[in-house]
Amino acid sequence: MEPTTVITGFVALYIFMLAAFTGYEIIGRVPAILHTPLMSGSNFVHGIVVVGAMYALLNATTVLEQAIGFFGVLLGAGNAAGGYVVTERMLEMFKPSDKKKS
Amino acid sequence: MSPQLLIDISALLASFLFIYGLKRMSSPVTARSGIVVAGWGMAIATLAAFLYYFGVSEAAKPHLTVNTALAVIALTVGVSWAWWSGKKVAMTSMPQMVALYNGMGGGAAAAIGAVELLKTGGHHGPLPLVVTIIGSLIGAISLAGSLIAWAKLDGRINGTWRIKGQQLLNGTVFLATLALGLVIVFGYHGHAPAALTGLFFALALVFGVLMTMPIGGADMPVVISLYNAFTGLAVGFEGYVLQNPALMIAGMVVGSAGTLLTLLMAKAMNRSVANVIFSNFGPSSDEVQGEIKGSQKPAEAGDAAINMRYASKVIIAPGYGLAVAQAQHKLFEFVKLLTDAGVEVKFAIHPVAGRMPGHMNVLLAEAGVPYDMIYDMEDVNGEFKEADVAIVIGANDTVNPAARTNKSSPIYGMPILNVDQAKQVYVVKRGQGKGYSGVENELFFADNCNLVYGDAQKVMVAMIQAVKSLDGGH
Repeated sequence: MEPTTVITGFVALYIFMLAAFTGYEIIGRVPAILHTPLMSGSNFVHGIVVVGAMYALLNATTVLEQAIGFFGVLLGAGNAAGGYVVTERMLEMFKPSDKKKS
Repeated sequence: MSPQLLIDISALLASFLFIYGLKRMSSPVTARSGIVVAGWGMAIATLAAFLYYFGVSEAAKPHLTVNTALAVIALTVGVSWAWWSGKKVAMTSMPQMVALYNGMGGGAAAAIGAVELLKTGGHHGPLPLVVTIIGSLIGAISLAGSLIAWAKLDGRINGTWRIKGQQLLNGTVFLATLALGLVIVFGYHGHAPAALTGLFFALALVFGVLMTMPIGGADMPVVISLYNAFTGLAVGFEGYVLQNPALMIAGMVVGSAGTLLTLLMAKAMNRSVANVIFSNFGPSSDEVQGEIKGSQKPAEAGDAAINMRYASKVIIAPGYGLAVAQAQHKLFEFVKLLTDAGVEVKFAIHPVAGRMPGHMNVLLAEAGVPYDMIYDMEDVNGEFKEADVAIVIGANDTVNPAARTNKSSPIYGMPILNVDQAKQVYVVKRGQGKGYSGVENELFFADNCNLVYGDAQKVMVAMIQAVKSLDGGH
């Protein structure tokens, strides 16, 4: 089954352009204290690569492809889960101070 | 509903939740809910990825059961290991963990590229192939580079590795990798032998190592942030190859956000990104420094504490050494004693205190220090001249006046905390070592500076006891 969405060169460029502006806008006005959590948070977000790795693994036809696909899913899952836990732990610490402020 | 439609909807939902989550993460008030929102996006997208089961190519159908089992095993092992390691890692080691997880993401993107390149049956045009190659290259560099960054910050690799003609070597390896990539695309039209594809990835990994090895530890935060952006780009490119908009959007958002973050961090250290990567803190800095006048004068922790107890204004400049010694809780206990006695206490945070911008804020927040005591460098730097005591704990390069005056110093031009302008400066440090950049600190030889030697935590305990016994005697 071919994907229903066919993203051609120019559509891809539009998506990339708009996504790049989005990323720029999100980080642009952030206080310095949130830089580390945000780096960690964006590190988590690119853990979505695990989805692509799963596609590659499920479509693997040779042992070599299976091995590389397995490796990819393993690493991608680590990226996503580790990124989440670390970011959550960092942001956890902002809780009490926020209550004092509000 | 067809499985593909469900996958498409989940990808749309995930993209929305990622962007909305990141937006919430960009304000301290909503930050915590932001990661949870983004987390849901990830969970939905990952579960939906199992629906690829119903749409695999004819050639892959005989392997489907094995492949699915492998996917479940890889997910379970990857998630459990990362969850466990992320939970147990100390707050001080956070930067290298981020580097490690980031490298894994880059590796996953490279793996996708590898599988695509190995598929001999595919009918790829030149554009998707070029994008696959670029994504693989960036992903592999990010993997190797992040692992070196992790090993350096974790103390597994010490020092820097430099040889003559290193930049020539790096350039050659990079061009060779690129040339090989072009051969795979235009020479073999994506049907290159596996050995050649393997060589391409090996060269890319070697380049990642070569590029990172000469970079000094003080520059690592910038490098990690750069590789974070790299991984984002790699994921975005591989997302295009797989025709998956969620990967494209998430990858490119991180790619641009990470690039901006890298520039902000480099700016805070008054260095350009190119400067960080191509010319590094020189090992020969000692020779050009010239002699430093004066001598280092030691002081007792108790005396310093009592001096601060009777001061009216104290500014604290914490550094990574404070966190390494796990002394932030004791420090805050001491600060509470001072404020109870009517002393005005402020924390002054250098933009690169700790190992990443904002890292020190996280560490102080962990110890319960309230926000209104913590000041950014620009806001507090003018107040040092009015301060009776400035106390430097585990910081070095960020308070070195040579950055202001000594043009030959490798850290010249970096903005610093003006602790030397306080009437009295105490520096708590373990021994007579140099800072992370390997530069001698003129501050320690200044007339108004005394050094309190010892482990930061033990020094803080001694200071607390000194103040307590004093107030108990009244």
